[in-house]
Amino acid sequence: MSNQELKEKIQALLPTAEFAEGGKWLTVVIPKEKIHSLCKSLKETPELAFDFLLCESGVDYPDKMAVFYHLESTLHRHMLVIKAIIPTRENPEIHTVSDLYQTANYHEREIWDFFGINFKNHPDMRRIFLDEISDNIGHPFRKDYQDEVNIIER
Amino acid sequence: MTEEILTTPLEQQEYTINMGPQHPSTHGVLRYVVSLKGEIVHKVEPHLGYIHRGIEKMCEKLTYPQIIHLTDRLDYLTAHINNHAVCLAVEGALQVEVPERVVYIRTIMDELNRIASHQLWWCAYGMDLGGLTCFFYGLRDREKILDIFEESCGSRLLHSYYTPGGLMKDINPNFQKRTKEFIKYFRKKLPEYDQLLTGNVIFQERTKGVGPLTKEEAISYGVTGPNGRASGFSCDVRKHHPYAAYDKVDFKEAFYTEGDTFHRYKARIDEMWESMKIIEQLVDNIPEGDYSAKMKAVIKLPEGEYFQRVEAAKGDFGIFIISDGNKTPYRVKFRSPNFCNLSCIDLLSKNFKIADLVAISGSLDLVIPDIDR
Repeated sequence: MSNQELKEKIQALLPTAEFAEGGKWLTVVIPKEKIHSLCKSLKETPELAFDFLLCESGVDYPDKMAVFYHLESTLHRHMLVIKAIIPTRENPEIHTVSDLYQTANYHEREIWDFFGINFKNHPDMRRIFLDEISDNIGHPFRKDYQDEVNIIER
Repeated sequence: MTEEILTTPLEQQEYTINMGPQHPSTHGVLRYVVSLKGEIVHKVEPHLGYIHRGIEKMCEKLTYPQIIHLTDRLDYLTAHINNHAVCLAVEGALQVEVPERVVYIRTIMDELNRIASHQLWWCAYGMDLGGLTCFFYGLRDREKILDIFEESCGSRLLHSYYTPGGLMKDINPNFQKRTKEFIKYFRKKLPEYDQLLTGNVIFQERTKGVGPLTKEEAISYGVTGPNGRASGFSCDVRKHHPYAAYDKVDFKEAFYTEGDTFHRYKARIDEMWESMKIIEQLVDNIPEGDYSAKMKAVIKLPEGEYFQRVEAAKGDFGIFIISDGNKTPYRVKFRSPNFCNLSCIDLLSKNFKIADLVAISGSLDLVIPDIDR
């Protein structure tokens, strides 16, 4: 399915969605509340069938946070990028998609570890990489993270 | 308490042991916390982060040509392929046309790297399961590929040979001759691998039917590469999203539907044959020309988000770059295949014996620096 057809399909599913174009793949920008319902319908609609979560990445912007979902359909071979916006940087929270895609389990633990984004309803919301160093190390991939010992500013 | 332990039969007691971080079969610093009942595995929980270096964070302070050197250190067995992902992402963002010569050389190098990675996996896997001879056979043949790399790239493991726009240096004049010699040599040696290990009864008993993974589970857990293809998940990026010269060559996707440890093994052996086929089709036809396109001294990507997928030896390797228009990226994320492949270890090893856990985790071909990043 081409990007244009995908856009029409997704507009029918979620009329409030915004689209960013210019990239290789269509990017859908949505508020964080919609992520679970959108992923569920993307996965379950037969002509879309986005069943493979390729990558999930957290991003820290100056005034907000975002989670990117790169989805692929293993049946139709089209790709879609979802950008879920979390408007606050204080205690950010978003619904998990790990019940739809098992691979999200690890990715979301990583995002919690590095960015401090809490995933609601996640079965096992613990740090994945940094757990044994210390409890109070914060979330080091945030842009305002300070560590005089290990980060040398040049 | 003591009495309770003594009187409960061994099969009913659940206890946990640590496998790793220093354990020969994890091939690096990875720790499994294994819950056992008797000898039966109940739950496996991997503990990660022993060699977490924060490469993604480091990338935010480095320019794009510098990032390439860090990607070597992700999956160090397929350094060329990781470099390729960064180069393609940068070239795609700047819409640079690379010379045809570069495309051919990169494809050949990638495939040689894939064979080298599978050779090391094969020899270490044989050793995991008790066949020490495999280790010598595999490393003997891998040495020949590393010699080819050394001649052209100047290094054997961490090449950093690709740059945005082309290559660091042109290939050595001997490259084509040496590569053809290697293919001729390895076509004779690869059947030895089958004679030594694939047909071995003990090996088959230990791998057939062990750790099965269905296609649906593979897709849901994001298990890609030979592991996914052994379960019938057609996930070869070279086929579905062709890059470099892969749309010009004829090759088959190694494909099985059984999804057990033995077929993950078979898929990799088949991939070595296919890689040799790809190299043979390209090595005589490397076009003349420049080894690099003209690039600006300071590379700045236009503002936006870029994602590039390549097929690494372990699976679908991706790089996600968010640029704010500066010479350093705003955020870099590596989609590492091993990280996703590892996530299914609990599912695979449940209700198998602890010795099977070694066979299963070996068959996933995990490289720990790629998991921890």
